[in-house]
Amino acid sequence: MSTKKLAIIATKGTLDWGYPPFILASTAAALGYDVQIFFTFYGLQLLRKSLDHLKVTSLGNPGMPMPMPMPVLLQALPGMQSMMTAMMKQKMKSKGVASLEDLRNLCAEADVKMIGCQMTVDLFGFSPSDFIPGIEMGGAATFFEFAGESDICLFM
Amino acid sequence: MATCDKELDARGLNCPLPILRTKKALNDLTGGQTLRVVATDPGAIKDFQAFAKQTGNELVESGEANGEFTFVLRKKA
Repeated sequence: MSTKKLAIIATKGTLDWGYPPFILASTAAALGYDVQIFFTFYGLQLLRKSLDHLKVTSLGNPGMPMPMPMPVLLQALPGMQSMMTAMMKQKMKSKGVASLEDLRNLCAEADVKMIGCQMTVDLFGFSPSDFIPGIEMGGAATFFEFAGESDICLFM
Repeated sequence: MATCDKELDARGLNCPLPILRTKKALNDLTGGQTLRVVATDPGAIKDFQAFAKQTGNELVESGEANGEFTFVLRKKA
């Protein structure tokens, strides 16, 4: 049996949406898959050296469970986003959910290949030193080289 | 309970950490050796069955007691 392949496109740069790509990539790698993640647009935030800046927001996200009902205008007040992020991190820690950094390290250890989208790196003015070492830069064609042969391809 | 070649305490860890730690622990074993994992994540029951099925490591034991799940895996030869 040939090795299965998983290709993921990660497009979101929030604390909550950083989880699906790293959880699925690390698990697939543990199951023996070859895995590549292509980080584009806001997904590039997941490749920054520190992930401390990632936040979670309830704005535009009515599905987010809130400890108490709160009008949207109140949720938009300064400091609310940081407070929600702190609460989310606290909750994750208490439930034994790994930190994003840990999951990303596990992906790197398991040889998950991470590719940053060169076009969006240029667009947002990032420099290579903003990102963790060991990643590659490439474009859409680079992604398809692997994704075209993949068994599973996910857009996140 | 038979003794295993290696023990892994995955209690308090949530998905996907029990599986990732298990994979790592199996790397230290040779084919035929056994690993006992204790976990508290209720999702682990299905996940360990799926892990065994997909990786070819045999799930020789699977049990639950007092909210803890115990799995014994035999590494693929």
